[in-house]
Amino acid sequence: MATLTMTTLDPQSKAARRGLSDLAIRNLFIIPTIIFLIVFNIFPLLYSLGYSFTDFRASSNAPANFVGLDNYRTLLNDPFIWSNFAITAKYVIVSVAGQVVVGFGVALLLNREIPFKGLITTLLLLPMMLSMAVVGLFWKLLYDPSFGIINYAFGLGRFEWLSNPDMALYAVALTDIWMWSPFVMLLSLAGLSAVPKHLYEAAAIDRAGPIYTFFRITLPLVAPILMIAIIFRTMEAFKTFDLAYILTSQPTTEVISIRLYKMAFQEWQTGMSCALAYIVLIMVIAITNIYVKYLNKVKER
Amino acid sequence: MRNRITGLVAGLGLTLACSTSVFAQELTIFWAEWDPANYLQELVNEYEAETGVKVTVETTPWSDFQTKTFTELNARGSAYDMVVGDSQWLGAASEAGHYVDLTEFFNKHNLGEVMAPATVKYYAEYPASSGKYWAIPAEGDAVGWSYRKDWFEDPKEMADFKAKYGYDLDVPQTWAQMRDIAEFFHRPDQNRYGIAIYTDNSYDGLVMGVENAIFSYGGELGNYETYEVDGIINSEQNVKALEMYRELYGFTPPGWAKTFFVENNQAITENLAAMSMNYFAFFPALTNEASNPNAKVTGFFANPAGPDGHQFAALGGQGISVISYSDNQEESMKFLEWFIKDEVQKRWAELGGYTASAAVLESEEFQNATPYNKAFYETMFKVKDFWATPEYAELLIQMNQRVYPYITAGQGSAKEVLDALAADWNATFKKYNRVK
Repeated sequence: MATLTMTTLDPQSKAARRGLSDLAIRNLFIIPTIIFLIVFNIFPLLYSLGYSFTDFRASSNAPANFVGLDNYRTLLNDPFIWSNFAITAKYVIVSVAGQVVVGFGVALLLNREIPFKGLITTLLLLPMMLSMAVVGLFWKLLYDPSFGIINYAFGLGRFEWLSNPDMALYAVALTDIWMWSPFVMLLSLAGLSAVPKHLYEAAAIDRAGPIYTFFRITLPLVAPILMIAIIFRTMEAFKTFDLAYILTSQPTTEVISIRLYKMAFQEWQTGMSCALAYIVLIMVIAITNIYVKYLNKVKER
Repeated sequence: MRNRITGLVAGLGLTLACSTSVFAQELTIFWAEWDPANYLQELVNEYEAETGVKVTVETTPWSDFQTKTFTELNARGSAYDMVVGDSQWLGAASEAGHYVDLTEFFNKHNLGEVMAPATVKYYAEYPASSGKYWAIPAEGDAVGWSYRKDWFEDPKEMADFKAKYGYDLDVPQTWAQMRDIAEFFHRPDQNRYGIAIYTDNSYDGLVMGVENAIFSYGGELGNYETYEVDGIINSEQNVKALEMYRELYGFTPPGWAKTFFVENNQAITENLAAMSMNYFAFFPALTNEASNPNAKVTGFFANPAGPDGHQFAALGGQGISVISYSDNQEESMKFLEWFIKDEVQKRWAELGGYTASAAVLESEEFQNATPYNKAFYETMFKVKDFWATPEYAELLIQMNQRVYPYITAGQGSAKEVLDALAADWNATFKKYNRVK
């Protein structure tokens, strides 16, 4: 398939005159990338798999001993790790659902002829262009119970967003929703503008109501692209670290990547943290696969 | 043409030779980003003027300090020649061979006597009571308290306090008095609160804060020689100390759940709290009117005593160690010989550094130099510290995991929390074969 679409080298070109075949040029471009991937991605991935079966600690001179599945057994029996996973799951659900509702809603509002549409869209995209660390730091100020503008604006008095253990995770998710809804909005807008206008015209002629039109025309046609946005956001939310780490240190917001960071770079339990990283990797792959299966199904329709 | 090439090569060789000899005269000390590091840079500039050896103090924010240091050490990197490392790193860094053994240097210069005993025990020696030394006490530090003198000395407040509690409002001598004063000044409707304490659980903030209570209540974290923790970390005194810390949390400003040295100084500068816990190293900022509008009315006191008269404080501060992967170890030792001289230690104190030299600490001149030096001197002879074993980071995280939800959200009871912590620590020590 790929060879069929590949154009052959123009015989008049400089490269052809130097005796380079199109195959040579292809290799020239691809091989460095593949080497880079192998050295920096594949090799460490396999190497850390090996470490996950040992009691290796990067901070000590002691040799790594093979411990079999001990690390995995310890981790999966640790109630703190399970609570980290439960927190992560809750965070992913709240944060991604919020982003889809807000992002898709804003996209619906923008998907019509309004003045300054381009400007409004650009301004709405600003949050996702900021650095996570910067967003974390200034939302920490916004949430401050003594001088934060959020409590002031909504008349919440001294409501404690981040130091209340039950609220802190929602506060982090809210910040994430603020930051990443524009991403969902952008993809949804692309999907919405691709819906053929004549379908709406036909629906109008048939006197279909707005709700019926939305559920039978808009949503099914936008669904594949919306699914892609959801896959991206779920993967990102699952790996979230910076926002939660900067905003608060409540145990109720200790998502799995924070626990992993502490285990790997504060406690230096290198073998154990490799095992935890693999557990997380397997989970992310499994969840993504479910989505991809569903995406293919949606596309077939 | 050939001559020209030869000349060029010779010139190049000469340049290289010169530049390497210049590099050999440079030393890099790694430390965290805070005022004492700037004072140290000023001090080492004088070393350069004397000897021609350029010394650079490289810094990184506190939050990265541990990670960055150990990443470099574990990679056996030679980027730094010396590090001013935290006391609890001694075990990890010495057992892994990251630090040069300074025992000979220590004994030769009789530093066990020259430096204050507590600083030798906690900044330099590992394992406990082994007579092996890995660092030279450099920046002494401990936790003390600042308070609002104007609030304490207000006649109306004094009368009200006496009427309510039956004794005079003054600097607290015990934790019980401190609790009363915190309760007395806790007035959320006036945006005034009783007390500021450490609650940050991302490194050792909260644990240090709790240690102040535990040690003064006569408790210990465990037996540092036998690794026994049962009945020690969950002793009756420790349960009471933890309950007291939890009670004090109730008198802190709103949102006081991730606070460390920055927030605790803000509590004084922003008129939030009557009393605030902090390391002495952060007190210079409180006596400076540029950084504290209340500088004139800010006072200081040492950590109060517990119910049985014990009075201890959590140790901060660091010792300076030579890194075994450094190419300039000899030059580093020469620097340390200069650093421990009496006159240099005196100069170090003048610049704002907290010397660990017993002679300087005991001098009248030092004790009268600032409003808090006397409290610092008193404290430095009664400090205790956290575990310094190689697995200290796991112990620290376990303590944070257990204690934090109790202090900030009242989950469980102090007894349950400490019993669970004892079990965690026991399991960790078993894992590393410290106990059977």
